[in-house]
Amino acid sequence: MQMRNEHNVLIHLDGIEKSFGAVRALTHVSLDVLSGACLGLVGHNGAGKSTLMNILAGTLSTSAGNIVVSGDDVSERYGAIAANRLGIRCVFQELSLCPNLSVAENARIMHPTLRGIGWRRRAAGLIRGKLDAIFPGHDVDPSQFVGDLSIARRQMVEIARAFSSTDTPVRLVILDEPTSSLDGVLAGQLLAFVRNFVAGGGAVIFISHLLNEILTTADRIVVMRDGGIVADRAARNFTRVTLVESMGSVAREQARREPRSATDAAELKISAATAAQDDAITLIANRGEVIGLAGLGGHGQTNMLVRIFQGQRKAQAGVLVSGSTAMVAGDRQTDGLFPLWSIRDNSTISSLTRLTKGGLIDPRAEIRMGDHWKQKIGIRTPNMANPILSLSGGNQQKVLFARALGSDADIILMDDPMRGVDIGTKQEVYGMLRQEASAGRTFLWYTTEIDELQHCDRVYVFRNGRIVGKLSGDAITEERVLHFSFEAAG
Amino acid sequence: MHVPFLARNARILLPLLSLVAILLAVFWLQPRAMSYVGLNLLLNLALPIAFATIAQMFVITVNDLDLALGAYVGFVACVGATWLTEQPLLGIAALAGGILTYAAVGALIHLRSVPSIVVTLGMSFVWLGLAILVLPTPGGKAPDWLRALMTWKTPFVPFTIYALLGLAMVVHFGLMRSAHGTVLRGVGGNPRAVERAGWSLLKAKMIMFTFAGLFGMLSGLSLVGLTTSGDANIALRYTLLSIAGVILGGGEFTGGRISPVGAVIGAMTLTLAGSFLSFLRLNPDWQIGAQGAILILVLALRVVLNRAEVRGR
Repeated sequence: MQMRNEHNVLIHLDGIEKSFGAVRALTHVSLDVLSGACLGLVGHNGAGKSTLMNILAGTLSTSAGNIVVSGDDVSERYGAIAANRLGIRCVFQELSLCPNLSVAENARIMHPTLRGIGWRRRAAGLIRGKLDAIFPGHDVDPSQFVGDLSIARRQMVEIARAFSSTDTPVRLVILDEPTSSLDGVLAGQLLAFVRNFVAGGGAVIFISHLLNEILTTADRIVVMRDGGIVADRAARNFTRVTLVESMGSVAREQARREPRSATDAAELKISAATAAQDDAITLIANRGEVIGLAGLGGHGQTNMLVRIFQGQRKAQAGVLVSGSTAMVAGDRQTDGLFPLWSIRDNSTISSLTRLTKGGLIDPRAEIRMGDHWKQKIGIRTPNMANPILSLSGGNQQKVLFARALGSDADIILMDDPMRGVDIGTKQEVYGMLRQEASAGRTFLWYTTEIDELQHCDRVYVFRNGRIVGKLSGDAITEERVLHFSFEAAG
Repeated sequence: MHVPFLARNARILLPLLSLVAILLAVFWLQPRAMSYVGLNLLLNLALPIAFATIAQMFVITVNDLDLALGAYVGFVACVGATWLTEQPLLGIAALAGGILTYAAVGALIHLRSVPSIVVTLGMSFVWLGLAILVLPTPGGKAPDWLRALMTWKTPFVPFTIYALLGLAMVVHFGLMRSAHGTVLRGVGGNPRAVERAGWSLLKAKMIMFTFAGLFGMLSGLSLVGLTTSGDANIALRYTLLSIAGVILGGGEFTGGRISPVGAVIGAMTLTLAGSFLSFLRLNPDWQIGAQGAILILVLALRVVLNRAEVRGR
């Protein structure tokens, strides 16, 4: 029986706020983490789970609020070192091992006290002991280089390292999607170990999108949405259905787009199956449609867009594309922008073959095209010759839209393009999409924001690289999308 | 799964085989090289190159590159041939200043996140200018103790071989086997992970650049001990030679994958390749090109082996 008395509150978070520029990632989050209990944490992408865990692990600082560990207010001097000293460990989603070091050497990175004569032997013993305890029968040798291990084994090493202790006992381990690359047997071993660890008085925060794991392993479940906590109850008071419900909003204004008139003759532009090939559902896109690709981040949506993009050039199994494609990158910094070029050069790069005169670029045509798009989508700059980095993130994204829409492609692929874009710009882009779609263009739109799916004619939900659901018209609701995103296989 | 010793040390195998192959080729062409004097003549220039290669390796470990190394070695040689002989205190202060400058360059690269090649390329002109200020025309004289050390007649094999062995062992234990060296290598592999574990990246970079400055200084001093006089342009080749030595020795440009033993072997291979080509009586005009061809051959072999390893997994 867990009582919330002073004794077993390990960490008390009070009014934690975190902003990245204008984006508020966490708004007034208060949370108690109890010793001897496993806390499950669920929520859709961008709900703030990872930000909160980074704050707990000391790798992000708070904008406001207090962190109290064992009754001590440590907010002032909290950081990675303090967290480590207090016995708080985190297994991050993107693994934090050094691939050029051996398994034992990676244990050393975590433990400042592993040094002096014989430290290699002690480090190897420490990590092997933990691996044996968590994953009995594993075949990881501490002298292996991490870079030579499979993803699953790396995950095992990282988990074992988080639970290993030298001078300070481990009091809280945060596991962020720990089972994502483990198979069923290994995941079962981990969950059993978590129960054991908790029974021994430790605390675990467990983040997973597999609701079964959460429901069976956690004592208490906290649901986050839009940077805040929306539910915090004992796990036995949740069912899969109520959990999914609390992740989405129950009543929401439906800003549905006008259904297209039925007289439009459907002209097939894209038919594509995922690489898995054994799906019952094939993605279909007709001329003038806006198709949404939904689901949790990184579940195969971007791969699908890339497959279609390549399918237009070179035949891909299961992909049929008629028409030319253009891609709007989501990750502006790495995939989209030429950071040293001007705004105009960035917007015209896809159309240069049409802007030539006698084999050379016609500067006047380029200027005309740049100014045309500046007007049309409202790029806020005094001069299109300014460097692209002088624009705000939202306006940079508009330039990428201009590049795609300005090309003669009749299929536009969008890879979560609204990341970090302010609401005003979003509204402008939505309007543009509708306009272009009714003019006959086809849009494939991967988005992690469920609200944006309301602008789509049809939505395909992805999970683990497969299409698991197809929704159209009024059936596109947050609840249905979440249902497909989280449902266990079968 | 247990990993056999050889498989874990495959990285060092190819450099070692290259060295043995080129050494055998030299002995075959010129059997008289197989003597105390012969070995000394063959390898004595390997020591400054090995020091420079180790210096470069420290920088490469943390994913940076030092393009100033050759000019810096030349600066040290000039200081060694002038101030260190005439005004030892001033000389020592200048050398210490050089090492501190290296630490500062490391700090600058980390704090301002400027590319190391930009900063070190700029520094190379600074070192060259300083070297010319110290010693405007080639000349000067190495301190007697330095010349005595470099021409020391050690038993069995020449001093150079003991020094190379010692260098490889010291750096191997310091960087590959010690607990602190492990953290420093980790910075090259995954800086964020090391930072999350509570280590200072700034300190790590400064330490690595300090060691680069220290070993660069040893390179310059050993060079001036051998040549007995200084010249600002004496070691400009060392910048590229040292990078080639690190890579030849099984290191990689990024990811903190390095091997001190391999780096020393790489430096020896590069030195021997020069002698080998002389023994072939190759026209000197072609020697640099031929040296490059040997380098490409070894590196190509390595790529082939790496691919085979990946496929075999």
